[in-house]
Amino acid sequence: MKRTILSALLILAVAALVAPAAGAQDQVTLIKNATVLTVTRGTIENGDVLIRNGKIAAVGKNLKAPAGATVIDATGMYLLPGIIDCHSHIAVDGGVNEGSIAVSSMVGIEDVIDPEDIDIYRDLAGGVTTANVLHGSANPIGGLNAVIKLRWGQDARGLLFEGAKPGIKFALGENPKRSNFTPPPGVPQRYPATRMGVMDVIREAFIDAREYRQKWQDYQKRVAAGEKNLLAPRRDLKLEPLVEILEGKRLVHAHCYRADEILQLIRLAEEFGFKIATFQHVLEGYKVAKEIAAHGAGASTFSDWWAYKVEAYDAIPYNAALMTQKGVVVSINSDSAEEARHLNQEAGKTVKFGGLSETEALKLVTLNPARQLQIADRVGSIEVGKDADLVLYDKHPLSVYSVPQKVLIDGQVYFDRQQDIARRAEIEKEKKALAEKDKKKDEKKEEKKPEEKKPEDKKPSAGVSEEVTR
Amino acid sequence: MKPRAQLLLTLLLAALLAAPLAAAAQVTALKGATIYTLAGAPIENGTLVIRDGKIAAVGGPETPVPAGARVIDAKGLRIYPGLFDAVSRLGLTEVGAVSATVDTNELGRYNPHLVAATAVHPPSEHIPVARANGITHAVSAPGSGGGGFFGGFAGAVMPGQGSLINLSGWTVEEMLIKPSAGLILNWPSVQTRTFDFSTFEFREKPFTEAKKEFEERLAELEEWMQAAQHYAQVEAKGATAKVERELKLEALARALRGEIPVLFMANSARDIRNAVEFAEKWKLKMILCGGAEAWKEKKLLAEKKIPVILRPTQSLPGEEDEPYDRPFTNAGELHAAGVKVAFATFDSSDSRTLPYEAANAVPYGLPYEEALKGITLYPAQMLGVDKELGTLEAGKRANFIVTDGDPLEFKTEVRRLFINGVETSTDNKHRQLWEKYRARP
Repeated sequence: MKRTILSALLILAVAALVAPAAGAQDQVTLIKNATVLTVTRGTIENGDVLIRNGKIAAVGKNLKAPAGATVIDATGMYLLPGIIDCHSHIAVDGGVNEGSIAVSSMVGIEDVIDPEDIDIYRDLAGGVTTANVLHGSANPIGGLNAVIKLRWGQDARGLLFEGAKPGIKFALGENPKRSNFTPPPGVPQRYPATRMGVMDVIREAFIDAREYRQKWQDYQKRVAAGEKNLLAPRRDLKLEPLVEILEGKRLVHAHCYRADEILQLIRLAEEFGFKIATFQHVLEGYKVAKEIAAHGAGASTFSDWWAYKVEAYDAIPYNAALMTQKGVVVSINSDSAEEARHLNQEAGKTVKFGGLSETEALKLVTLNPARQLQIADRVGSIEVGKDADLVLYDKHPLSVYSVPQKVLIDGQVYFDRQQDIARRAEIEKEKKALAEKDKKKDEKKEEKKPEEKKPEDKKPSAGVSEEVTR
Repeated sequence: MKPRAQLLLTLLLAALLAAPLAAAAQVTALKGATIYTLAGAPIENGTLVIRDGKIAAVGGPETPVPAGARVIDAKGLRIYPGLFDAVSRLGLTEVGAVSATVDTNELGRYNPHLVAATAVHPPSEHIPVARANGITHAVSAPGSGGGGFFGGFAGAVMPGQGSLINLSGWTVEEMLIKPSAGLILNWPSVQTRTFDFSTFEFREKPFTEAKKEFEERLAELEEWMQAAQHYAQVEAKGATAKVERELKLEALARALRGEIPVLFMANSARDIRNAVEFAEKWKLKMILCGGAEAWKEKKLLAEKKIPVILRPTQSLPGEEDEPYDRPFTNAGELHAAGVKVAFATFDSSDSRTLPYEAANAVPYGLPYEEALKGITLYPAQMLGVDKELGTLEAGKRANFIVTDGDPLEFKTEVRRLFINGVETSTDNKHRQLWEKYRARP
């Protein structure tokens, strides 16, 4: 990814300022006097949360701050578990689609995490603490995911949600069959081009995976029986993740829209004896909510996007509420660095569209995505023993007027609105100085090669890139 | 039956059917609500009287209600002017990815004579969906081609004119408020980065090449303006008979005479400066649209009294090193500097999110009342239709909403909606699908 030296330097400067000091352990923080929206155990007015070593140590009223504890006065503020975005493409260096082949399970997001992507900080400032970073939807079977915490300032490894169950992207419908896509000149057509073909690609891949697993099982049996001089089967990096799916060790996150294709994938999964962890987008999920619930899959959807393509034409803003009411574990995701900045607001829409309770609405962006990603033992609610991933809002987070003031991950303040504002003048000054330096360099260059002049002004970045995968 | 008798019977039936409807439609009064007229302080326990599609009276409980009027009890509710999406694609696009359903972008860089209303599709499902969230009228405007509004204006420079429509009507004629509400001008800019929809990738262009293209575009624009100026002079002399009628120049001449405002789509500070200079030179009634970096030029915009229709506040900062909340603070900064700000979705399916776009500027410095006016009164003023829209005052068009709370807040329901004084359904495709599948056993 190309960056100007200027912006790279600035990002490093910001990162250095934002990154919490080392020696985070043994730190105790007390958040005092907030309206604590635990999500699982009701709301505590004038509540306190005690954090020790990055974990929630106590939740209640009138908690005493131990000596040396940092105290955050949260009077008048609302404390919510950190927001979990179950469908994100931030922090990816370059493209999210290995679109050259229909089964790309040998590639993974972990290999291309860009910890300097400014969208990490922007989404963090919107209250997001955990994100499920997914491969794109070009292929029936896409690449491997990475679940990250938005620990802005840490390196790629430091972002990974340690111990999170690995996952993979699947995709159905218009994107994998490439209905809205014309291959550029010289690029050949690629199978599949219909929903029949999409399902066939997945089925054939799992037939291969079964055979591959059988080979290894036979081999291990013979090794166990004491046979000597055996040659192990050759490793197949494409099929290994599929075997993990068959063995329940890897979560399938399936991009889908239409009710019929959702049902097809449920039946295919049942045929091979595995479960779909989440249906992603799943805009017609409300039509087959019963079947999704019976299969035990989660559904991770948008709040109110619709009509951008045919398979999104029956999308309704009541989807999240209706699926919830029919027994599906539902989350609302962003699929966009921008949308992620206000997922609390997106959840707020379900109170009006479908009549969810406030707690049910809040769960859509906290506990439910945690359950879907099978990390609910660690995050998703304010409970003793869980990671201290928390957001402090100035108003109720389901209100359009609420703004995150502080965001904590593992008990560390990674975003503080007041500090961010206070630093702006300093950053502006530094930017000017760097620009001045850059200008001088350019002037020197210009004397030799005037045609290499740089643009003074870049256009605001296009929103269209966000649509690449939805 | 003889033809004559049949005719008489038909007439009689028609008269019988029409009579009660006409009587009922004539005068309606809403009583008991708090009325946010936006032309003064809210009126507690207010009365709103509507006659022949217009507001006949608005006032306190003492306001007389004519005998025989349909009286609606609105106690505990609030009444606001209907929300106004100042730039939308309503009726011009149905399914984004299916070109057969999209009529936003004509071929060719200069089509100032094309009028959006020509292609507005009254039965579009997007219209009732927007209505359900309180949008009663909107400008439906042709687009920019290429990479869309925010991907740079690589396509048409003048894609046509936006039309002001009511979000109700069996035909576009019934919907129309003003066919030529504003001329769209996608301000040319140096495009080093364009989005290619055929490959879903960004393409980089060398700066020198992009700059050359930009200069060619500007020269071309200048030529069009000169031709239009000449055409306007010929028209002024009443000598059009002596020249060939040229629809494109005719449209541009209207803008030159200040008969229609020009909606300049520009985002970067440099483009905004250039656009302002251009508008001054040609004495155009400029409205800045988009305006991602308008905050940088707030002094200039205030000084020249150029109003802004902002791009959605829910967008990302243009630069990596900009404050993360820049798109949210833009409106507040502009207002503080004395610039009039309206909001728009620049979209069709998202038109219902208009109140939230305005609301998102409030915690970041825009006074609440300004946000509300930014989606009611201000767009009406900018487009020169504030004599009939924008506030609840006697004599204005009766476009208003009855809500159970703050219309900018998520949980608020639009309980009733009136367009041209007629109570209009808030039912829509989404609600119907919800009802249908909620009932699935």
